[in-house]
Amino acid sequence: MSDTLSESAGQRDDAPATAVDAMIVARGLRKSFRQSSGASFEAVRGIDLEVRKGESFGFLGPNGAGKSSTMRMIAAVSPVTEGELRILGMDPAVDGPAIRGRLGVCPQEDNLDQELNVFDNLYIYGRYFGLPKQVVRDRVGELLEFAKLTEKAKSRVEELSGGMKRRLTIARSLVNRPDLLLLDEPTTGLDPQARHLLWDQLFRLKQAGVTLVLTTHYMDEAEQLCDRLVVMDKGVIVAEGAPLELIRAHSTREVAELRFGVGEHGDHAEALADLGERVEVLPDRLLVYTDDGEEVLAKTHERGLQPLATLVRRSSLEDVFLRLTGRTLVD
Amino acid sequence: MTTLASDTTQVQPLTAAAATRLLVLRNYVVYRDAWKLFLTGFLEPVFYLFSIGIGVGALVSGFEVGGKEVSYAAFVAPGMLAASAFNGALIDSTYNVFFKLKYVRLYDQMLATPLTTGDIARGEIAWGQLRGASYATMFLLVMLAMGLIDSWWALLALPAVLLIGFAFSAVCMAATTWMRNFQDFDKITLVQLPLFLFSATFFPIDTYSGPVRWIVECTPLYRGVVLCRELTTGTVSVASGVSVAYLLVMGVVGLLVVRRRLDALLLT
Amino acid sequence: MAALTLSASRDLPFIEGVRRQVDYWAVLWARTWRGVVVSSFLSPFLYVLAMGVLLGGFVDADPDVMEGATSYLAFVVPGLIAAHAMQTAVSETTYPVMGMIKWQRIYESMLATPLGPRHVVGAHLMSVALHLAATCGLYALVMAPFGIYESWWGPFLAFGSQVLCGMTFATLVYAFSTRLRSEEGFGVLFRLGVFPLFLFSGAFFPVSNLGDVGGSVARLTPLWHGVNLSRMFALDNVTWWLAGVNVVVLVALMLLGWRLAVSGLTKRMLS
Repeated sequence: MSDTLSESAGQRDDAPATAVDAMIVARGLRKSFRQSSGASFEAVRGIDLEVRKGESFGFLGPNGAGKSSTMRMIAAVSPVTEGELRILGMDPAVDGPAIRGRLGVCPQEDNLDQELNVFDNLYIYGRYFGLPKQVVRDRVGELLEFAKLTEKAKSRVEELSGGMKRRLTIARSLVNRPDLLLLDEPTTGLDPQARHLLWDQLFRLKQAGVTLVLTTHYMDEAEQLCDRLVVMDKGVIVAEGAPLELIRAHSTREVAELRFGVGEHGDHAEALADLGERVEVLPDRLLVYTDDGEEVLAKTHERGLQPLATLVRRSSLEDVFLRLTGRTLVD
Repeated sequence: MTTLASDTTQVQPLTAAAATRLLVLRNYVVYRDAWKLFLTGFLEPVFYLFSIGIGVGALVSGFEVGGKEVSYAAFVAPGMLAASAFNGALIDSTYNVFFKLKYVRLYDQMLATPLTTGDIARGEIAWGQLRGASYATMFLLVMLAMGLIDSWWALLALPAVLLIGFAFSAVCMAATTWMRNFQDFDKITLVQLPLFLFSATFFPIDTYSGPVRWIVECTPLYRGVVLCRELTTGTVSVASGVSVAYLLVMGVVGLLVVRRRLDALLLT
Repeated sequence: MAALTLSASRDLPFIEGVRRQVDYWAVLWARTWRGVVVSSFLSPFLYVLAMGVLLGGFVDADPDVMEGATSYLAFVVPGLIAAHAMQTAVSETTYPVMGMIKWQRIYESMLATPLGPRHVVGAHLMSVALHLAATCGLYALVMAPFGIYESWWGPFLAFGSQVLCGMTFATLVYAFSTRLRSEEGFGVLFRLGVFPLFLFSGAFFPVSNLGDVGGSVARLTPLWHGVNLSRMFALDNVTWWLAGVNVVVLVALMLLGWRLAVSGLTKRMLS
C-alpha cells in the first residue's frame, strides 16, 4: 500500500516534500460560494493541514464552521477556490476520477439508491469503480457481514432504520478498499446504541490501518475516534492537536457545573469567580474551571449558595471549544 | 473485516463506454423488478393508435402523404411512433432526472466514485435510448401486423426514433438542470402537450396556413413526426435529410449544455 | 375500532369534522392553484382545439352516426369534459392520498385530533368536488360561445353529470389508494385503467365504432356512463330511461367507493 502511495506521490514534480507519507496536504486552502444575491460567501478562509497515513483525523466545529466544504474539496467534488490541495499526492483539479477511485466517502445525508435493494446498493456502487463482477460480489458479502446487514440483503432501503442506513452508507464507502475514508458527521441523528455500534466498527477499520478523516460536532465522538484533530470556527482553524493535548492546553483538569434558579446565573458567577481559573455563564448553568471540582462545590456551600443541581466532570473538547470561540458546539 | 486486505484487486480507470454501460446496468437492475411498468409503457402508443387511428379514423377519410393516398390509421401510426419516443425521452430526462438530481441526490453518490458528470449524462441518455428502442420495435411490429407499413424504408424508422429520443433527452435534461422544484414541471406540460397535439401528429400540416404553418414546421417534434411518416409510407425526400440534421444538432447542443450545467450544479 | 366509531359519532358530527379542515385545504389551495389552472384547464382546452376544431374539420359529421351531434366539435367536447373530470379526480386521489398517508403523514397528525377517518376522507373529497366544479364550470363557460350546447338548461345538467362522474372516480380511486402500499401501483392504474378509459369510453368516437362486443364492453365502464350523460344533456338529445340508468350506476358506484374509502383509511391508519 505504501509503495503505491509513494510512487504516485513521486510521479509529480510539484508534490510537496512532506507528501511521501501524507494522504492530504492543504496550504492556504480557501473556498468561496457565490450566493443567489450575487454576493460571495467564504466558507473556508485559508487553512493548512496535513493528514498522515494510518492516522485518524477529525474536524471539530459547529454547523457552518466550514467542515463540510473542506470535506467536499478533499473528496475531489468541489473545486478549490484558492490555495493548494494534494490528495494522495495528486491534484483534485486534474486527477479527480483517480483520486475518487481510492477514496471512500460517507456523506452527511445518506444518499443511498432508494430504487435498489441493500445488496444492489453495494454491488452497483462497487461496479462504478471499475471492479470486476466477482470481486465486487465477494466484497459485498463481506461488507454486509461487517455492517450486520446480511439478513437485510434483499430489503428495500426505505425499510431500514436510521442506524442501518448509516451502516450501509459506511459499508458502501468501503467497497473499493479505500486508502482514505471520509466521514461527514457519521453519527448525527442516531440513537446512542446505534452510535456505539458504529464507533466500534470505525475503530476496527482504524485498527486495520485505514486512514480516517471525519467531521463531527460531538466532542465525545472526536475524543473516541480521533488521534488528532483541528477545531474549526467560521472557516479557520482555531486549534490543532491530539484531544488530550488540546484539553490540557486550553482547559483545566475538571469542571464543576452548577445550576441555579432561572436568571440567577449571572449574579452568582461574580460571587464564585475566585473559586476557579475561569467561570463561564451558560443560559442554564455555570461552569467553573478548576483542578479540583469537589472543592469548588464545598466552597460554594460554605458561602451559603444552594445550587439546584451540581456535577463534577473532567474537561472535554466542548470546553476547549467554548474557551476558544466563546460559544458552545451544539446549540 | 479483519480480512480487509485479502483481495488486492486495484480500482481500474473507466473508459467513457464502460462508465455508460455501468449506468445502464444500474437502471436495468432497478427496472428488472418493475418489468410490468416497463411493458405497460409500450401500450400507450398502441392505445392511441387503436382509439384515434381506428375509432376516430372510421369518421375520417384518408390523407395524402407525398402524393400518396394513405388511410387515417397509416397516417396516425408513424405520428404515434415519434410522439411515443418524444414522451418517453421527456419523462425519463425530466421527472426521473430531477428526482435523482435534487431529491434523492443519486448523482452526488455517483460522483463520489471515479464517474464524471459526462458519464452520468451519457449513461442516462443511453438508458432512455434502450428503452425507447424496445418500445419502438414492438410498435413497428404492431404496425406491420395491422398492414400500416408500406415500404422497406420503415426499417430506418428505428434509428429515426432513436434520433428523436436522443435529441429530446439531451435538451430536456438540460432544461431539468434549471428546475427548482416539482411545481416547475407544470411548465413542461405547457410545452409537452402542444407539441404532442399540434405537430401534425393527428392531421396534416396543411391544416395550418401562413406563419403558423412555418412555426410548426420549425418545431422539433414536427420534424420527428414527418421523418417517421416519410419512412413508414416510403415517401422519403430532401426534407427527411433536413429533419435528420435538425435533430442531430439539437441533441449534440443539448448534451454539451447538460455537461456544463451538471458540473456547475454538482461540483460546487 | 368500536370505541372509535362510537366517539366519532357521539362527539363530532360529520359536518363539524369537515368544517374544521376547511382552513387546511384553503391554505393548500392558495399554494397550488396556479399549477391546477395549467393542468385542469389548459390541457383539455388544447385537446379540444387539436381534436375538436382541427381534426374535426376532416370529419363528416352525420348526426345519426354521431349520437345527435352536428359537428365533431359538438360531439367531442361534452365527452372530453367528462373524461377530464375523471382524470382530475384520479390525480387528486392517488399521489396526494398516498403522500398524506405515508410521506408527509398528514393524516396521522389529523387523526391524532378529535377528527375521525370519515371526516378526513370527507374533507379531502370535498376539496376534490370543489376542484371538479371549478374546472367543469370554467369549461362550460369557455365552450358556450362555440355553439356546442343545444339548450339553455343542457349545460347545467351536463355540468352536474361531469361532477358526478368525477366524484365516482374520486371515491373509488381514494379507496384503492388507501389499500396501496407502494406508489408503483399508480403507474399500472394510469396505464391500464385511466388511460384506456380516456381513449375508449366514447369521448373521442361513438363506442359503436368498436363493434358489437367492444361497444358493449365500453358501455360497462363508469366513464362511459358519465360521457354519455354529459353528451345527451349538452346536445339536448336525451333518452330519459338511459339517463336514469347512467345516474343510478354512477351514484351507486360513488357510494360504494365512499364506504370502501372510509373503511380503507380506517384499516390503514387505525389498526
